[in-house]
Amino acid sequence: MSADQTLLKTPLYELHVENGGKMVPFAGYAMPVQYPLGIMKEHLHTREAAGLFDVSHMGQAYIRSLDGSDPAAAIEEIMPGALQILKPGKMRYTLLLNDQGGIEDDLMVTRTFEPEGTLYVVVNAACKEKDYAILEEKLGDKIALEPLEDRALIALQGPKAEAVLAKLAPEVADLSFMEATMVTLEGVVCWVSRSGYTGEDGYEISVPMDEAEAFSKRLLMNDDVELIGLGARDSLRLEAGLCLSGHDFNETISPVAASVTFALGKKRREAGDFAGGDRILSELEKGADNVRVGILPEGRAPAREGVIITDLSGNEIGKVTSGGFGPTLGAPIAMGYVPKAFAENGTEIQLLVRGKSLAAKVAATPFVPQRYKRKTV
Amino acid sequence: MIKYTDEHEWIVVDGNIATVGITDYAQKALGDVVFVELPEVGVTFGTGDEVAVVESVKAASEVYAPLSGDITEVNSDLEGEPALVNTSPTDGGWFFKMSIADTGELDGMMDEAAYNDFVAGLE
Repeated sequence: MSADQTLLKTPLYELHVENGGKMVPFAGYAMPVQYPLGIMKEHLHTREAAGLFDVSHMGQAYIRSLDGSDPAAAIEEIMPGALQILKPGKMRYTLLLNDQGGIEDDLMVTRTFEPEGTLYVVVNAACKEKDYAILEEKLGDKIALEPLEDRALIALQGPKAEAVLAKLAPEVADLSFMEATMVTLEGVVCWVSRSGYTGEDGYEISVPMDEAEAFSKRLLMNDDVELIGLGARDSLRLEAGLCLSGHDFNETISPVAASVTFALGKKRREAGDFAGGDRILSELEKGADNVRVGILPEGRAPAREGVIITDLSGNEIGKVTSGGFGPTLGAPIAMGYVPKAFAENGTEIQLLVRGKSLAAKVAATPFVPQRYKRKTV
Repeated sequence: MIKYTDEHEWIVVDGNIATVGITDYAQKALGDVVFVELPEVGVTFGTGDEVAVVESVKAASEVYAPLSGDITEVNSDLEGEPALVNTSPTDGGWFFKMSIADTGELDGMMDEAAYNDFVAGLE
């Protein structure tokens, strides 16, 4: 099957096709949803060894300030993370907020080693045009955004990721979770961070696009590394309790409702000095009306996005925003929104799947423990 | 006698009873099966009615009744081991048995050679 010709291709398109990737449209790109190994084995392989993901469809950009001041001061107006205090080589997960305190997107912000304090950001593929437009519109007089169209982005995730990558550059073993540095890999200068979206230890590697295929093939020569498609990427992030932008939150939902208050900087959540700060401070104090929770269906039937959540009397109380099967857990898992009275772990709820009410419980996330390599103090 | 539909179901006919499952081509296209919702015994279905649902890690897919008739038995092994659909699609991974209300409905279906040609044309 050939992918739709109007779809964009990442620098690794040929590699996906050569390796039997089943190409599907995703955020305007032809992307591999799975390889011949299949989603289940790809998922388990990532948890046991190392998975190689092409995430080149995501938006990579530099943000510089126009007047030589800290660009983080400008973006903190619309992002609630503690970004000005980021030292070179440190990164944060943060949110792009609108004036109502709704989440337009989530993103990673890293301080580069450039003397001007330039920031490197990675945003979701489906949101990159929107995010860039918001940054331009809101902050265009203070910052310059430089999309990095000539770079591929490769994620290497799993417990063997460190050993695999350290063979090419031993210094990557010294990085802790959410740290980044410039590394020469096989003679190619890459930007490597210890981060990812699978709940596993691992790296994200920004590579010049012309070198991406050769570099990926070099990693794939290692028996511990398999190509992993979008299907397993989704089940891995769901097991890790991580949100999918546009699904598990959107522009109407606040960070409090979305249960991502960890993305609010400590001092910043006191000051409320960001877009939608009034609403968010008020919700921090009183709680949001509806909140995102983890859900464990009791049987084997998966409850997918859009499934209605009811109380035990059958009254609709919310909807599933992400759901499927967790291969590591060997059971269905989901996330969704319920009124705060139902948000406590263990609360019994029902899921309306194809007209049948299935028993389920509100459950803590992550469903599978995250295994990031944090700095030991 | 074995027959096939263009929805990639196989039907083994034994007297007045049809055993129904999905083909190897179908299980490969679906990927790893994690749940199968089977019909209840005794319920009557018309040809083309949604009779079962197969859930893979990624998505849910409907299975349609290839014939009209009553469900006489379902494969309860699939409850505990839905992956049988992948590992043994034409044997241990059968879905259900149904009575055949109208044997004439079998006439329009493909035999093994015709189905193999049909699949070859899709690849």
